[in-house]
Amino acid sequence: MTSSSTPHAAAGGSDADAAEGRVYTVSGEDWDEIVATALESEDFESGERIVINMGPQHPSTHGVLRLILTLEGETVAEVRPSIGYLHTGIEKNMEFRTWTQGVTFCTRADYLMPLFNEIAYCLGVERLLGIEDKVPERAQIIRVLMLEINRISSHLGGIAPMGLELGATTIYTQGARLRERVLDLLELVTGLRMNHAFMRPGGVAQDLPPGALEAIRAFLDSAPKLVRDLHSLIDANPIFIGRNKGVAYLDLATCMALGVTGPILRSTGLPWDLRKSQPYCGYESYEFDVPVNDMCDAYGRYLIRMQEIDQSMRIMRQCVDRLAARGSAGPDSDPVMIRDAKIGWPARLSLGPDGLGPSPEHIAHIMGQSMEALIHHFKLITEGFRVPAGQVYAAVESPRGELGAHVVSDGGTRPYRVHLRDPSFNHLQSVAAMCEGGQVADLIPAIASLDPVMGGVDR
Amino acid sequence: MSGPEDTGQGGAGEEDGNLPARLGEERLAEPVVRTGMFGVQDSPDTSGYGLLRVYRAPVLDSPRPYGSYFDDVADALGTALEAAGIGFSDAIERVAADRGELTFYVRRERLPEVAAKLRDDPALRFELCGGVSGVHYPDDTGRELRAVYHLLSITHNRRVRLEVTAPDADPHIPSLVGVYPACNWHERETWDFFGIIFDGHPALTRIEMPDDWKGHPQRKDYPLGGIPVEYRGAKIPAPDQRRHYS
Repeated sequence: MTSSSTPHAAAGGSDADAAEGRVYTVSGEDWDEIVATALESEDFESGERIVINMGPQHPSTHGVLRLILTLEGETVAEVRPSIGYLHTGIEKNMEFRTWTQGVTFCTRADYLMPLFNEIAYCLGVERLLGIEDKVPERAQIIRVLMLEINRISSHLGGIAPMGLELGATTIYTQGARLRERVLDLLELVTGLRMNHAFMRPGGVAQDLPPGALEAIRAFLDSAPKLVRDLHSLIDANPIFIGRNKGVAYLDLATCMALGVTGPILRSTGLPWDLRKSQPYCGYESYEFDVPVNDMCDAYGRYLIRMQEIDQSMRIMRQCVDRLAARGSAGPDSDPVMIRDAKIGWPARLSLGPDGLGPSPEHIAHIMGQSMEALIHHFKLITEGFRVPAGQVYAAVESPRGELGAHVVSDGGTRPYRVHLRDPSFNHLQSVAAMCEGGQVADLIPAIASLDPVMGGVDR
Repeated sequence: MSGPEDTGQGGAGEEDGNLPARLGEERLAEPVVRTGMFGVQDSPDTSGYGLLRVYRAPVLDSPRPYGSYFDDVADALGTALEAAGIGFSDAIERVAADRGELTFYVRRERLPEVAAKLRDDPALRFELCGGVSGVHYPDDTGRELRAVYHLLSITHNRRVRLEVTAPDADPHIPSLVGVYPACNWHERETWDFFGIIFDGHPALTRIEMPDDWKGHPQRKDYPLGGIPVEYRGAKIPAPDQRRHYS
């Protein structure tokens, strides 16, 4: 540790002009020294506020979130989140790829809910194309199934670290164990644990592989017990309750003003869920409840996420039943991609000895039988399709709240502008409203209860 | 566009059956945005598509009735604005009802009043603002910058979009933070990415890019960047330098 009374940090140069008073440079494992020095200094006597930089490299700030705290003793006087450390220019990059390739980029935004990023974008493109009601039913069922699987993995990715950040390693390992099972399902269907690029404008990339329904059924049989285990581990845990109940209070009026949605809004007693109020992908035909409570605190949000996991499994069961009832009629009579040869991706994927690739039948067809099919394949894959000029806003209920895609086309083969309205970005604004005036220790469960994912925040 | 009944959206209606939409006169009056098909600049285009001209999509100005709940929203907004002594066309440049979504093109000086009415009027009640999204149209002289707001009414389960324009020469738009505090970070992001200055914002600083960054990356005149990649002896140019279909 070093300390200096100059108005700027030693290495800071002119950038640190703003810093006033004594600057302590912490290098780790020197907390005792800092406390001793601070006790000796007159700053401590005069009760001055201490400005602390928390993050961006801090294990409990959910990725590269940086918080600038002004503390009066243990009380948070001011908290200012600083973001941008994970900005990767996803939206800008999408303007330089075809409409189909765009999926590969937006899936990387919020990496805990990749399929939701994809579906918001795809629904936007489909509305621009005017093909919303031409997407095959089988594709819609698979979409709902995959979205709900992803919702479970995302909620577990929110709940498990919530425990870890309070020091409860077991909550994390139990949650992560269940999450691995969910990711296995995603991997089985899409080939990847994250960044799937599975949803495509007009349908989904491929049908469920053989054995997928059985694997999902097996999961649905065994998962409820694991969820119950998690419940019994957390629900009545006095430390968990003590750290989360009444913490990070956010009421309905504040949520409205700050545009907060999702489990946080539902923990204020308002059962607002876009799957019910503005259904997409056929959600109106599934039976499920919208969990709601009026606790307005971190514990309430945890409960809602847990109940939503149960509801997601309920929807998954209905999807599996519907898919089983349809049987496997094959891609010609029960396709997973729109039957519009100008939009639907021509090549069907199949698993060969060297991995996943275009099906041998399709290759044989375009290379050996039909010149027109080859031209068509080439045009659609290199040029892509054109989307009529206009703009739309497609919103879906993501695990974190309203995820909207503002998609603008100028009539070309590439998006003119895509903006993802990410719920985490919006929710981080409410950190000041939740935490100022509270204890610095409550900051950790407060952030955890927002479940922000910096990939989505910074895009 | 304030033309007659044909809005240029393809007069080809039901009676024309399968014929492709015919371009309306006003559409042909729009500027050409692209020529050719393959975006070839560095060598002669021998494809025969070199003469292809693509006109900019016509400005959308929907006539009444807009359909769905859109007429109710427009009427209620009109009444609320009249009550405040503002004429509807004083505040709203035009209205577009397209693909099941309603857009009000708001004159920028009237934006805070329109937003306040949309939020507070019992018949409107757009409580939630989904933030701001910027768009940059460098070719649309005098209206290059756009700020697009997506509003949601939980009371009535309705959505509406506001679009505000500003010229590159005077990139100022009034801030909506006073009406919708949720716009705070979104406006900072739009300033950061597009250079739109939101007048009245409490602390309009960069949010995603570093504080000392030069330029506004999402503008169309800002390059994507990237380096050529070598693969098996061939150089693949950076994504924004590659040939692409126009």
